Amino acid sequence: MPTTKLTSRYKLIERKPMNFAERIYLPAVFKGMGITLSHLFRKKATISYPEQKRPMSQVFRGLHILKRDEKGAERCTACGLCALACPAEAITMTAAERKPSEKHLYREEKYAAVYEINMLRCIFCGLCEEACPKAAIFLQNDKMAPASFDRDDFIYGKDRLVESFRQN
Amino acid sequence: MSDLTFKILFIVTVFGISLFIAMYTTYAERKLAAFLQDRLGPNRAGPFGILQPLADGIKLFFKEEFIPKVSDRFLFILGPALFMCTALMTSAVIPFAPDLEIGGRIFPMQGTDLNVGILYLFGVVSLGVYGILIGGWASNNKFSLLGAIRAASQNISYELAMGLSIIALIMVNSSLSLRDIVDQQTGLNWNIFYQPLGFLIFIVCAFAETNRAPFDLPECETELVGGYHTEFSSMKLGFYLFAEYIHVFISSAVLSTLYFGGYHFPWVSALEPGVLKTALGAVVMFSKISFFIFLFIWIRWTLPRFRYDQLMNLGWKVLIPLAVLNILITAIFILF
Repeated sequence: MPTTKLTSRYKLIERKPMNFAERIYLPAVFKGMGITLSHLFRKKATISYPEQKRPMSQVFRGLHILKRDEKGAERCTACGLCALACPAEAITMTAAERKPSEKHLYREEKYAAVYEINMLRCIFCGLCEEACPKAAIFLQNDKMAPASFDRDDFIYGKDRLVESFRQN
Repeated sequence: MSDLTFKILFIVTVFGISLFIAMYTTYAERKLAAFLQDRLGPNRAGPFGILQPLADGIKLFFKEEFIPKVSDRFLFILGPALFMCTALMTSAVIPFAPDLEIGGRIFPMQGTDLNVGILYLFGVVSLGVYGILIGGWASNNKFSLLGAIRAASQNISYELAMGLSIIALIMVNSSLSLRDIVDQQTGLNWNIFYQPLGFLIFIVCAFAETNRAPFDLPECETELVGGYHTEFSSMKLGFYLFAEYIHVFISSAVLSTLYFGGYHFPWVSALEPGVLKTALGAVVMFSKISFFIFLFIWIRWTLPRFRYDQLMNLGWKVLIPLAVLNILITAIFILF
């Protein structure tokens, strides 16, 4: 019967009785021990996560951030397009009108008084980022929503979403 | 210090050392297993994970103590206790260092120098099978029972070959006392050079006796859930697992005592009796023990498990005839 070689490592196995060296196992045992011993000194494959981090892809979609403009005012105007675009319905917001004294805090006359993303619902698709007309919401490529024991912990409000001043 | 207080102190020390070494063998096992597989191993508890055994112990203590309703309660508790007890009793006859001579008085570095030390060792080790068998039977679980039966049959099969390999050794040393056997191996005059085949048989049997890979059939997870300790929880499980490591320690000590000259090493044996000689002797002995513990772990993470029929074939059809042959060869050499 003609055989087709599926890989370049194709090798015909012959089932023949074991010879003496194979039957006493010992040569094979020592060979195996040599192989494992060589692994003892090899570079470890582990990345110790919290201390060492594997570099993320540039297009990785991780934790959201609400950006500020160059003067430090929040860009979000609570138009609600991100909430509309969200296929998982993870985003809710309440709009409010800016008072004259808050001009340095918010870029436009309308702003989001409450802006919440439920990270348990969020599928990190990035559609909010695409929908935003004000370039206010982005998904960071170097941060992820950390684990928690508490469901309430996963509802991220403005306190955890808005970009801090220092980052500017 | 009277002889009695010294004896008590010494026994407590040996007890502590066996427990300590067994404790850190679990750490070494996990660490080496990781290294041999290109991983890092436990490194969270303390620097390099050095407190990992403590954390494991505390965890086991705080686990729920579960005794199945259908089990035989008394035997269920007796099983692990017996296993642990017999594991610890074996260290009594092993000479850990040369005698300490201070001011004309001799302090032996050995629990007791029985003139039938080897027989005592074998007796106690075989008692250990009862711990497994009682525990497995009392849990009233078919997997436990199968594991226990495997353990018992395996231990009995390999004890025969082990005993036969020791007979050849006794013929060479003409003594059953471990102290005598060690003292005949001064310098590099070790038994391994006279009994290489006997050593090979003995070490294979030692692996089988400690129920470790490649002969860890009594607890092979893929077939028997957990084996004889399936139903055990909390510190009773801890006893079973821990006693295995004490067995590893004792087997390593016996291997180095019988075949590798115990505390003897070329220039250490030539020293004058005293504190220095005892201390260095202990260092030599424990280095040998550490090497064998390393060997146990190394083998475990290298070789796959034997099939049960292969195990029995190896024990009865290969090792026992080989051991008998070894006795014959030794006898011929001694005669001529």
